[in-house]
Amino acid sequence: MLKVENLTFSVNEKGVKRTILSDISFEIAPGEMLVITGPNGGGKSTLAKVLMGIEKANSGRVILDGVDITDHEIDERAKEGIGFAFQQPPRFKGMTVDKLISLAAGEPKSETECCELLSRVGLCAQEYIKRDVDNTLSGGEMKRLEIATVLSKPHKLCIFDEPEAGIDLWSFSMLIQQFEEIKKDKNQSLILISHQERIMQMADRVMVIEDGRIAGIGKREDILPTLIQNGPSCCAYLQRMEGQEA
Amino acid sequence: MAELDKVTQAILKYIDELGFEQEGAFNLRHNGASLCHGNSEHVKIVKKEDKPGIDIYIDGETDGEQVHIPVVLDASGFTDKVYNDFHIEDGANVVIAAGCGIHNSGHEDSQHDGVHSFFVGKGANVTYKENHYGEGDGDGARILNPVTKIYMDDDSVFTLDTSQIKGVDSTKRETEVCLGKNSKLFVIEKLMTHGEQEAESNMEIQLNGEGSSAQIISRSVAKEESSQVFHPAAVGNAKCNAHIQCDSIIMDTAQVRSIPEINAKHLDAAIIHEAAIGRINDEQLIKLRTLGMTGEEAENVIIEAFLN
Repeated sequence: MLKVENLTFSVNEKGVKRTILSDISFEIAPGEMLVITGPNGGGKSTLAKVLMGIEKANSGRVILDGVDITDHEIDERAKEGIGFAFQQPPRFKGMTVDKLISLAAGEPKSETECCELLSRVGLCAQEYIKRDVDNTLSGGEMKRLEIATVLSKPHKLCIFDEPEAGIDLWSFSMLIQQFEEIKKDKNQSLILISHQERIMQMADRVMVIEDGRIAGIGKREDILPTLIQNGPSCCAYLQRMEGQEA
Repeated sequence: MAELDKVTQAILKYIDELGFEQEGAFNLRHNGASLCHGNSEHVKIVKKEDKPGIDIYIDGETDGEQVHIPVVLDASGFTDKVYNDFHIEDGANVVIAAGCGIHNSGHEDSQHDGVHSFFVGKGANVTYKENHYGEGDGDGARILNPVTKIYMDDDSVFTLDTSQIKGVDSTKRETEVCLGKNSKLFVIEKLMTHGEQEAESNMEIQLNGEGSSAQIISRSVAKEESSQVFHPAAVGNAKCNAHIQCDSIIMDTAQVRSIPEINAKHLDAAIIHEAAIGRINDEQLIKLRTLGMTGEEAENVIIEAFLN
């Protein structure tokens, strides 16, 4: 379904080349859920942005359903079936919640449909539907609305960048339910960037990224115990992996 | 009932968002003359004898009624100056749809200068909508220079909702408002310029009455080589509250000057201003592109929402 081959991404900082992603290769099967985890600054969000076309890789290929989309623009990738939820979604002065949902769905959504969607992410729909997507919404509300925009229509592949960040415990449970729903639909694949064990427990596979490289990828039941055993430090995890290889 | 040509009908759709009908209280000014007009039980429109324009008398029994007084110019090279005075009795509640549209297919400039004065009685509630629009394939300029003077008696409420989104080459707007005790003013100004258009808006709000308040929101988009100047001023002469907010999106090689002024002449005058000018936020563009829009489509959606 999705095939990523040798992706490399670097930036130029004051004349010095800094590599953010190095030789990233992996595949996702239809209906599969992959959770990407790893320490902050390791390159997880950048990888998600490269997959969506927000950042352009220096080398490597992204293939979706057999089509090389490496050079495709963001909007082309969206039309080809990739949905993306930002870690920190932007605010829009003057745009109402229902308008944003309709834009995300690609068609006008009725009040009832918008309410149903908002309820799925834990927002009390009637209160929100005509509110502006601006500074009057809290970070958590923005985050849930962002997730609702991705849920507003089916995708081949949904990418969620730290969906749990800034969300309260009750809404988090509702979010888990939504991911479970998507997972049941075998036509949609999921990439979730997350540090949450509960989300990782849902994954088919877990990929660990550190210092721009894949430090490990495998079935949840293989990766997770090692990660949990070694605590949040992926360095320790990496050392263990390297030790095994040696 | 007067028969309206297609150009006039099309322009009316732009400038009278409430929908112009030849019923109730209305006056359609076309190329400097009244094309049709009507009165209602509570609203009487009288032609001025000493100068061009009308007096609009709105009695205190008026409750939510609409008054439509649009202006259409489709004669190239025509300059029209008009004086309209609104006499609004105590307690009246009225919605006034004004606005001006110019269709210029010639080489000469077409210009409309509307001087509107509002005398708002105690406890009256007035909503005034003024949309400006220009069109036509001639190279003559389309010019609109409105002057709005509002005198608000105690406990009155006035909502000034102005919009100029398309086709006006040059505009200079002058607005003066005097607020009485406990009166409330809401101003919503929306403006978009493109090409080589020029727009200037000067506003002076005198908060004279204790407990008076004013909220001024200005949103504008300047595209291509156009230029805009905003100068809203709030003067607190009594215990009062005022908030001025000017937000502008600048694009291409346009220029926007925003000069909000606050002037407190009383210890209990609380006046705030905010002004921001900036390009379209890249994060907003990217978000909309992840929804499948092209860059241009995303830009249009952001502008439309911003000016909403």
